[in-house]
Amino acid sequence: MTFKIQSEPIDPRALEARLRDDRAGACVTFEGWVRDHNEGEAVTALEYEAHEPIAVAEGEKILAEARERFDVLAIHAEHRVGALAIGDCAVWVGVSAAHRGAAFDACRWVIDEIKARVPIWKKEHYAGGDSGWVNCATRAPAHRSGQAAATGA
Amino acid sequence: MMEVTARYFAAFREQAGKEIERVKTGARTAGELYSELAARHGFADARARCKVAINDELRDWDAELADGDTVLFFPPVAGG
Repeated sequence: MTFKIQSEPIDPRALEARLRDDRAGACVTFEGWVRDHNEGEAVTALEYEAHEPIAVAEGEKILAEARERFDVLAIHAEHRVGALAIGDCAVWVGVSAAHRGAAFDACRWVIDEIKARVPIWKKEHYAGGDSGWVNCATRAPAHRSGQAAATGA
Repeated sequence: MMEVTARYFAAFREQAGKEIERVKTGARTAGELYSELAARHGFADARARCKVAINDELRDWDAELADGDTVLFFPPVAGG
């Protein structure tokens, strides 16, 4: 059970081999790929940045929590950092379990938690030449950010 | 007043124009320090969507600061 920040290309077939277990009747894997568009903009490339010590610690915590929540045998996850091209695998999650229900549920839960909790940031490069950090506000709101937070903006 | 080290990541680093700085502050908590630095550098993200770490450990915004701490400011995450 490990979570890894990966600067080299992810090899799904090699990672799948880590999940092998004679007690396993199910293997569910998720691959997140770089797509060529986001929110109406044509995307040409992506960059991922992580704070590795905390990303690994938080990722390992997520995998440990998944083992407590779901009846699984093996879990492994990796997330890329660096420059990625369209179609590259950015994130990989794999789970093996005796039965498919736990494998599907754990895999879905782990990828959702990674997206919400692990300190990884994504910068998109657009066809027009602009770039932007996904999820981040680039301009201060009209009012001070504290007031914006209070109103749920 | 105490002195802490602030480190910025991703969008925060670009908005601040630097990765790291020494800050003399009267802020008692990580949240107070964020408000101070957000005003200085124009960080636009609501604190509730961001995360903070002190000395490489994720903490709540009301965590108290100590002289010499390194405080890491994480803008909204976007893995996957």
